[in-house]
Amino acid sequence: MTGQSPAVVSASKLGLTFQTNDGPVQALTDVDLTIGKGEFVSFIGPSGCGKTTLLRVIADLEKPTSGSISVNGMTPEQAREKRAYGYVFQAAALFPWRSIERNVALPLEIIGLSKAEQVERIKRTLDLVNLSGFEKKYPWQLSGGMQQRASIARALAFDADLLLMDEPFGALDEIVRDHLNKQLLELWERTNKTICFVTHSIPEAVYLSTRIVVMSPRPGRVSDVIESTLPKERPLHIRETPEFLAIAARVRDGLHAGHSYED
Amino acid sequence: MIDSFRDKIIPVTSILVGIVVVWYVFAVILNTPFQRDLDRRANETPGVVEFIGKTLAQPKPTLPAPHQVAVNFFENTFLRSVTSSRSLVYNAWVTLSSTLLGFAFGTTLGIVIAVGIVHVATLDRSLMPWIIASQTIPILAVAPMIIVVLAAIGITGLIPKALISTYLSFFPVAVGMVKGLRSPEITHLDLMHTYNASRAQTFWKLRVPASVPFLFTSMKVAVAASLVGAIVGELPTGAVAGIGAKLLAGAYYSQTIDIWSALVAGSVVAALLVMVVGIAGRLVDRAMGGRPA
Amino acid sequence: MNWLKPSWQAVLAILLCLIAIALGAMTKPEATALADPTGSFTYPYLGTKALTFGLAMLAALVSMVRIPPITEAVVLFVGAHLVAWLLITGINGFEGTALAPYFLLLAAGWLLGWRCVAVLSSLRPLAKWARTGLRLIIPAIFGAWILIIWEAVTRGAGIPFILLPPPSAIGARIANSLPVLGADVRQTIFKAVIFGYVVGNAAGFVAAILADRVPFLRRGLLPIGNMVSALPIIGVAPIMVMWFGFDWQSKAAVVIIMTFFPMLVNTVAGLAASGHMERDLMRTYASGYWQTLFKLRLPAAAPFIFNALKINSTLALIGAIVAEFFGTPVVGMGFRISTEVGRMNIDMVWAEIAVAALAGSVFYGVVALFERAVTFWHPSVRGG
Repeated sequence: MTGQSPAVVSASKLGLTFQTNDGPVQALTDVDLTIGKGEFVSFIGPSGCGKTTLLRVIADLEKPTSGSISVNGMTPEQAREKRAYGYVFQAAALFPWRSIERNVALPLEIIGLSKAEQVERIKRTLDLVNLSGFEKKYPWQLSGGMQQRASIARALAFDADLLLMDEPFGALDEIVRDHLNKQLLELWERTNKTICFVTHSIPEAVYLSTRIVVMSPRPGRVSDVIESTLPKERPLHIRETPEFLAIAARVRDGLHAGHSYED
Repeated sequence: MIDSFRDKIIPVTSILVGIVVVWYVFAVILNTPFQRDLDRRANETPGVVEFIGKTLAQPKPTLPAPHQVAVNFFENTFLRSVTSSRSLVYNAWVTLSSTLLGFAFGTTLGIVIAVGIVHVATLDRSLMPWIIASQTIPILAVAPMIIVVLAAIGITGLIPKALISTYLSFFPVAVGMVKGLRSPEITHLDLMHTYNASRAQTFWKLRVPASVPFLFTSMKVAVAASLVGAIVGELPTGAVAGIGAKLLAGAYYSQTIDIWSALVAGSVVAALLVMVVGIAGRLVDRAMGGRPA
Repeated sequence: MNWLKPSWQAVLAILLCLIAIALGAMTKPEATALADPTGSFTYPYLGTKALTFGLAMLAALVSMVRIPPITEAVVLFVGAHLVAWLLITGINGFEGTALAPYFLLLAAGWLLGWRCVAVLSSLRPLAKWARTGLRLIIPAIFGAWILIIWEAVTRGAGIPFILLPPPSAIGARIANSLPVLGADVRQTIFKAVIFGYVVGNAAGFVAAILADRVPFLRRGLLPIGNMVSALPIIGVAPIMVMWFGFDWQSKAAVVIIMTFFPMLVNTVAGLAASGHMERDLMRTYASGYWQTLFKLRLPAAAPFIFNALKINSTLALIGAIVAEFFGTPVVGMGFRISTEVGRMNIDMVWAEIAVAALAGSVFYGVVALFERAVTFWHPSVRGG
């Protein structure tokens, strides 16, 4: 699947070292990675493995200190300026002084779309995340799951082909999370976007992804890449099938191999 | 260390230097008309440098130059006997004593009221709204009346000024302490409840320690307010002694340099007071095992 | 004794009434009349004494019967305030002649009032309007009793007018001096305060934006601004009066200086208040400085800015009034206070203070209303 489609993200020998008060910290070392169009790639690993940092480098929220990376064939900075991706954070990060539709309108205002276009896109994206009817509500009037859906709608609003998601469902309870996972898969199928998804849940990674990138800390690096053999059509109960469990076991092995528990 | 030098000391110093420079420029500009007038009367036509020198050396300038204020401040602080009524140390002491007395009264009163409000529902519902409302009122306006009325019944000197300071300083302490005594989280209160702790135990073991940071924060505000109260309290007393009296006397005789150095003295006292309260707060915090920030 | 629920306030009130009855005469004229039964004197409470005592004790007794709290509160409210009204109207014309029973009865009335507030405080009505009503009524009763005690004590004990005039005299003075008070308000508030407040806040705000754009400036200005907020800035008043003359301009200058720093410090703090995630979000949109400022950072800073506006509303009034102590044309609130104090017209001073208090509350209230409208989304507002 990887080889045929054009690369959306491609990194080689990518490294990032933070200077902290306790000396340099190697957040990323020697990351080689190519993500093709339409893929759903999960990044999984324990805290401190650099999975969020990698996503932030792709989004030009951090600058790499070595190696190279391109997004849609450009530098991340150019890609950001072209608004090549939508980003979903760990928390919904909706502005409390804006209603849901105005929150979704925020990126559209910034890129300067016409009012009519804004209205059309707000309607479409809110439909996409099943939030029609909540346009006039304020974020604090919605549940956590609905807030996160609104933030996904906001990320989808300007129709970028790449969606970067940083543990978007981490703060939600498991029942809501299952529901949103299913909705996210449906959305991915319908829109054919490329999704980079950071998580620390093995079942979530296996359930969602076409490819799972296992990372390990100190220094942050990619320790394994696992291609999923699951079909594109994935009902929730696929998680009890032997195939699913086998992939999950491989991910767990990868995590163990890359992570020493002595420290 | 180096970071704080680069991030704080250099910017602060350069802005202070900038202020001094701007001050000099304004001193020259503001004092020019009067100097021109003087020169015209004396039929002198000084050169530019000499003229600027003169604008910065007037005895009663519109805006005294920083060095004039510094010299005056230095003379009146260090060179004069501390018992002299012109000594800034003496005047600052007069103001400071009523500030401290009022601050002590105010803080005590504020804490007592806060404890009452937290423990008596009736007080909470009836008194608290008035305390909050009273913060919106220009209380300082009553200062002259308190002084004069108390003088009419024979109370003069320290007490009336201290009363104004009390009045100004108890509000922030009361409001801050109510907030502080209520700051323990529900879980902590529930924990005390599971121990079947008495109200007094909950108060001493939970509410009081939780309120300490709030107390010192509001005490910093209170001590500054207390000083303002003492200074304003000195205005209507006929200018006997104190920083407020120096301000008024300076205004009366147009001794601008005196006004400025009295202002500097007041600022020094304020900074010292706030610093002392801050240090006391930090010491208490450390004694209570607070994390070093 | 199931039908009885004693309260210490009511018991104490009855006790005070009994002591007062035992002591006899309420006022000196009454004592003279009692000492000389043959003479015909008029004295206060000729016909109302029994009624007053009866009312106080009846209200106290009824309040201890097991009746619904609402009824109890109403009984106490009516009883306490009728007693107070009878006491205050009765002393009319006989000021300064009150004896111990008068004050005991006043104390009994106050205890009933307290009991009334205590009963009301323990109510937890479900309806929202009832809760709001209670939130207003309880402090109102408290405030009313401060005025009642003030009035009754000053008149009963005959406290000299120049020490502490009764509220009724202050009220009468306000009513009689409306033109003068109006002129003072116009001079001090509508000229000095409003102008200084607007300019000072605007300058502080602009300086904060500048400091935000130039980090060097921010690092230097912020510690200075924090320190200045503790200084007795009011002391610049005499200098401003020398520079800008006696009229309102010098007062406005004091107000500008006093309001500048709180606005600067709060706005800078507010601009730093938006979350990292939100700022990253704006970055992913490749949003410019001004777009981020207007769409994210200023709305997030609004609670801080309003905090400064509220602090400054009080500071502005204080600054203008105190600056007038250093010299004004013959109009203005600070001028009026300082000259009427000199003339011992204390009631006029109180009238001016009452007007200042009212103006301060209204000013603050207007700012607070704006705040509620603008920062409706903030937890402190939407939490009620």
